[in-house]
This record gives sequence, structure tokens and C-alpha cells, in this order.
Amino acid sequence: MGKLNKTEKLATNGGWITTKFNEVLGWGRKYSLWHYPFITACCGMEYMSAACAHYDFDRFGMGWTRFTPRQADMLLVCGTITHKEAPVLKTVYDQMTEPKWVVAFGACAVSGGIYDNYAVVQGIDRIIPVDVYIPGCPPRPETFFDALIKLQEKVQKEGHDWRWKKRT
Amino acid sequence: MEKKNIIEALRKKFPEQIMDISSQFGDEIITFESSALLDIANFLNDKPYEYTMLLDLTCVDYKGEDQRFEMVYHFLSLSLNDRIRLKTRLPEKSPKIDSLTSIWKNANWLEREVYDMFGIHFNGHPYLIRIFMYEGFEGHPLRKDYPLRKQQPRIRLRKLE
Amino acid sequence: MLINMGPSHPAMHGTIRIMLELDGEKILNSELEIGYLHRGLEKTCEHKTYFSLLPYTDRMNYVSPLINNLGYAMTMEKMLELDVPQRAQYIRVILCELSRISDHLTALAAMTMECGAFTVFLYTIKAREFIWDVIEHTTSARMTTSFIRIGGVRADLHPDWKDHLKTAIIETKKVLKDVHGLMDKNKIWLNRTRDIAVVSPEMAINYGWTGPCLRSTGVNFDLRKASPYSSYDHFDFDVPLGERGDNYDRYMVRMIEMEQSMRIIEQAMEKMPKNKAPLLAKGMKPAKAIEASRKQKVEGGIKLSPNLEGSEKDKYADILSTGKKYIVPPKEDTYTSIEGLINHFIFFMKGHGIRPPKGEVYFSVEGGNGELGYYIVSDGTDKPYRWHLRAPCFHIVSALEEMIKGHYVADVIPTFGSTNMIGGEFDR
Repeated sequence: MGKLNKTEKLATNGGWITTKFNEVLGWGRKYSLWHYPFITACCGMEYMSAACAHYDFDRFGMGWTRFTPRQADMLLVCGTITHKEAPVLKTVYDQMTEPKWVVAFGACAVSGGIYDNYAVVQGIDRIIPVDVYIPGCPPRPETFFDALIKLQEKVQKEGHDWRWKKRT
Repeated sequence: MEKKNIIEALRKKFPEQIMDISSQFGDEIITFESSALLDIANFLNDKPYEYTMLLDLTCVDYKGEDQRFEMVYHFLSLSLNDRIRLKTRLPEKSPKIDSLTSIWKNANWLEREVYDMFGIHFNGHPYLIRIFMYEGFEGHPLRKDYPLRKQQPRIRLRKLE
Repeated sequence: MLINMGPSHPAMHGTIRIMLELDGEKILNSELEIGYLHRGLEKTCEHKTYFSLLPYTDRMNYVSPLINNLGYAMTMEKMLELDVPQRAQYIRVILCELSRISDHLTALAAMTMECGAFTVFLYTIKAREFIWDVIEHTTSARMTTSFIRIGGVRADLHPDWKDHLKTAIIETKKVLKDVHGLMDKNKIWLNRTRDIAVVSPEMAINYGWTGPCLRSTGVNFDLRKASPYSSYDHFDFDVPLGERGDNYDRYMVRMIEMEQSMRIIEQAMEKMPKNKAPLLAKGMKPAKAIEASRKQKVEGGIKLSPNLEGSEKDKYADILSTGKKYIVPPKEDTYTSIEGLINHFIFFMKGHGIRPPKGEVYFSVEGGNGELGYYIVSDGTDKPYRWHLRAPCFHIVSALEEMIKGHYVADVIPTFGSTNMIGGEFDR
């Protein structure tokens, strides 16, 4: 432990602190992002690298991989989404409970990538709203962490009143 | 050596149905009449040649030609360590050919793929439905007259700002 | 009872849907629905030039992209009748065997993780990370490298390649030892894989199986031995065979194949032909050479690592074939001489570039999953008329319905894992 600031000293000494409700809520949310990896293609390999011991995204507070959308806060779309897969992705997104965030992992999820043809959806934002886009084919794990930190900043700023905010 | 043997044997066995034998880039290509497919396949599968593996089955679309579709079969003999390529042409209107599912089980999916991508019908196939594309998809994407970027979404897509 | 599995299911790799008809937990019938990752690869490649469709081959079997590159490059070399220098062939062998190890590691990682052995997953991915480090060091990309080009390879090896490769092999061997210790006699693992989904050699051949899955049934067929390509006949290695053809054999064959791959790499390291043009100014590392060049003129010119945009012309003789029409002209010439510029334009201009003779060709290499074949029809233009891929795991997975019949629902997971379905080449 390094130096504690005044508030932390108060908190650790059994004292009490005051803060804004939105801030503490955002702080709590951003370090416990449970994610649902929607892996279809190549980017899944880099997701595996990012998840495992070598890069280890648990350091950023997203250790829990949940394979049920109902327990997940964050949908991680890794890989190409084809028109055949599109209804599945939409269903998974709809099954997730609010608040929820979507990350488009890799060029195919962002824009269809190099597959500009009859079968591939040109970007998952044609199906569901996206919060963070990660470029790269496939992105390196470091790029993913960069995106994760950006998403955490966004989560921190979002207040408790998400319910009344219009999400399309 | 074996290669010559099999080609001679095929020529002897099916003098009418084998139309042409040519060679390119070191591979022999045997063109045959489409009605003789099952006979030739059985002959290759049996002893003594034992081309027991259906390596690949695909189609080429020569748009604008009378005999538009060309079926291409690759067989592999493990005992001879040899590959053989057979080709046959199908007409543009209602292209049909016998199914190989009775001899090779992987022909099931391969033929479904060709049906999906080219619209060729296989007589005697047990379950001829689309394999890669979905129900409601119109047309056959690998045909030359299908545009590369013609998409047929299954759900309504969002509008982007 | 009817139950649906996938496509959004952790063990179905996101791209397969299995509909099961059950009696209790026993599978009476099943039906596979595939095509969730059909990306229109073949159609797209027909609209690209021969040179520019190479990146698409990376993304077919995305765990071993270099083998896909090799397959495509060698198909084109067969068509264009190009000879590849010996050094380039050895570089190809090393990179392909590294890719094969990474492919098998990933297959086993997924298979064991889905059965609950998470430790093995973490270990094997760690080993893969070391292998990808070597690949990145050589090709400057982790996965989608496009490194093996028509006529040779993109660049020569890095000066320090031997040390990196040795580290990677030592680390991978450690991991394999650990995995053997964790899994080989593990009772849970044996219960879940021994005598599950037994495939006879006849059935495997009838389904068109190739690669490790075919060899697990006891059929000795490996393209590297049967029809050696790219100097595989220079190396001494064994082909591991299974006895029963069940899930455990498929696991074991892959494990031992990785050891054999490392044997090949070690031999290739020893036998690697010397490059005629040295990579760097004598006795200097790249950073040092650049620094020195700022202060004084380095004798003989600076030769940077080829992955940077440095001098590479001298190295072409070692790593690329002499067919001038079919390889990208050296960048130094393009930037410095009008003749070089014209050559560059001729290579990349629409309607020019690589134009193979009219005809068709089929060539296959031993991929991570089996025989990876390319069937290319050329009509004499710079784009392929038909571009078809023979995907090995398409044939393997087509047997899944028969393999899981009569087993329990839980057996679907290791069985499907042992087929090593890779969406990119499977659905194309």
C-alpha cells in the first residue's frame, strides 16, 4: 500500500465518507464488468489470448466470463457477423438486462472488414447499438485493453438514470 | 505407372461414356458423360483401384455456355497414393446429376453445398436443403449472375445516423 | 425430448447449431445446422487478383494461417511452374510447423476447457503465446501474417531467430510435459474420452477424413510423408497413429504430433542453408546500425531487418524465386529508378500482374486438420475464374451426427472439441 489520501484513511479507519451516488455506482459498475463473449471467428483467438494468463484482463476487473446473457453486463462481439447469425446476436442482446454495453471487437464486427459481400453484415451497429469499436484484423490484446479502459471511462460517466435515457 | 493403368482401364470399361482425357500441370483430367457417374464411381471405389476417398466435389459455373455447369470430382486412393479428377458438364436448364450419397457419406454435405451455391439437383439425395444460406434466401450466390454485394437480410437493419 | 444446442453456446464455437432428439440423456438423433460463419470467401476471392487474395487465406483456418498461405502459394507455384529457393522452403517448413503446433494447442485448449480442465487451457494458451512471439518476430504479425507469398516468403528471418525459436521450443516442451501429467491418466478425462465416439478406419475414409483425425483411427496417411512438398523429405519424423479412433486417441495423436513438429523445427534449424546476403552490416544490431549511420558512413551500406522497410533487394535470391513476372519488385528499385517504377506498375495495374495460363489446378498440403486443398480455375486473366477450398474439417464434422448417436449429451462436448472445427475454413 502506498500513501493513502484523506478519504481513504477515513474509510479504512472505520470512518465514513461522502460521495455522489452516481460516482460510486459508476465506480462499482466499471470494475465488475461481467462479459458475454459472442465469439464467431478469428478475433476469438485474440480474445483467448487476452483472457489467459499472459495478458490477463482480470487485471482490469472483467474476470468473469458469463455464457448466459442474463448475467452479463457487456456483450463482446468478436468476429464476423453474417446475415444468418444476425437474429441470434439480436436475441442475445435483447436477453441481456440493463444496464448493458456492447463492444465491437475487430474489423468485421466494426464494419464487415474485408468481407464486403452478400453474406456479411456490414458492421454490427446495423443490428444493435455499439459503445466501443476496436479496429484491427484481429486487434492485439493491448488494443483490447485500451478499448476496455475507454469503456470503463464511459461507464463511470453514466448515471443511475439510464432507465429514462433513450436507448435505441 | 498406376495412373496410366487406371486411365486405360477406365477407357476400356467405359468406351462410350468417357469423352476426353487430357493432362494439365501434371494432373490427368477425365471428362465423362453425366449419366455414367454412379457406374464410374462404383468402378473406382471397388478393387483393384480402391479410390475409396471422395476428396472433393464442387462445381464451376461457365455462364453463357450451353452446357453451363461443370461438376468436378476429386478421388483419392490411399493404397496407390494417387488422386484422380473427373469432370462432367450439365445443361443450364434444370441441371441434374446422380447423388453419390449411396457410396460416400461425406457426399451428403458436399452436394448440399453445391445445391445451395449453384442450384444443382442431385437425384437420390436424402436431404437436399440449403446448408450455408438460410431459408428465404433467393438465388444461388456462387453463380456468376449473382451480384457480389446483393444482401438479403433476415431481420430489419437499423438505420445509421 | 428435443433440445437445441447453439449457435450461441460456449462449446459450439459460436457457429454450429445441433438439434438433439433425446431419450433421457441419450441421443437418439441429431441434426447439425451450419453456415453461421459463411462469409462468402469463394465468391469474394473470385473478385480479387491472385496477389491480393492472399490475406483471405489467412482467415480461413485462423489458428494456423501460415499453412493456408503455403497451400495457396504452392498451388499457384504449381500453376506458374516456379521453383522456390532452398532457404525459403526451410523457412516455410519452420513457420508451418510452428503454426501446426499452435493449431493443435488451440484445439486441445478448447477441448479440455470445455470439459472443465481450465488449467490446461491456461497452460496451452501460454505456450501458444511463446510460439506467436516467434511468428511475430519473423512476420511482424501475430495471427494474420500473409507472410508466405507466391514464389517464396516475404522476408528473410530475423538475425536473432535461433534464440527466439529455442526459447519457444523449450517453453512449449515444458507445457506439453505438464499437460501430459495433468491429462493422460486423469480419471475424469479418461471417463469422458475413452471409447466415446469410436470411429473405424472404414468410416473415417468413407467420410473423407484426413489429418490427425484419420490417423487416430490407425490409417497411416500424412501428406508430408505420402507426397512430400517444400522439402519435407529432408527431415526425419514419425507419424503418430491411434489404435481405437476414439476421443482420447484424437487427443493423444495431436499431443505427439506436436513433439514431432518440434523435431522437424530443430532439424530445420540445424540444416538451414546459409543466406548469401547477410542481413546486417557485420557485427551490428539494427538499432546500433541506424545509430552508427547517423554519425558516420557505414561501410557496405546498412542492411536493416527485412521486416522494416529496409534494404531487401540483395536477399531476394535467397527467399524468392526468379520468376520476375510473379513477384513484387524490390522497393528500392521502385523508389529509385524509372524501370523499377514501371515494373511496379505492371505488377499492380488492373489486368496485369500475375496472369497464369488458362486451365485448372488442384494442390493440397497437410494442414492442421488434414488435407487442405485448393482448386483454382484460371481463365487467363488476373483474377481466378473459380476459387475453391477443400476444407478438412468440413468432412470431419459431417460425421458428427453419426459419432454422437447413442451417446449422452455430455459426450457431445469432447467429441465436438476433438474434431477441431474452425469456423473460417468450415463455413468458408
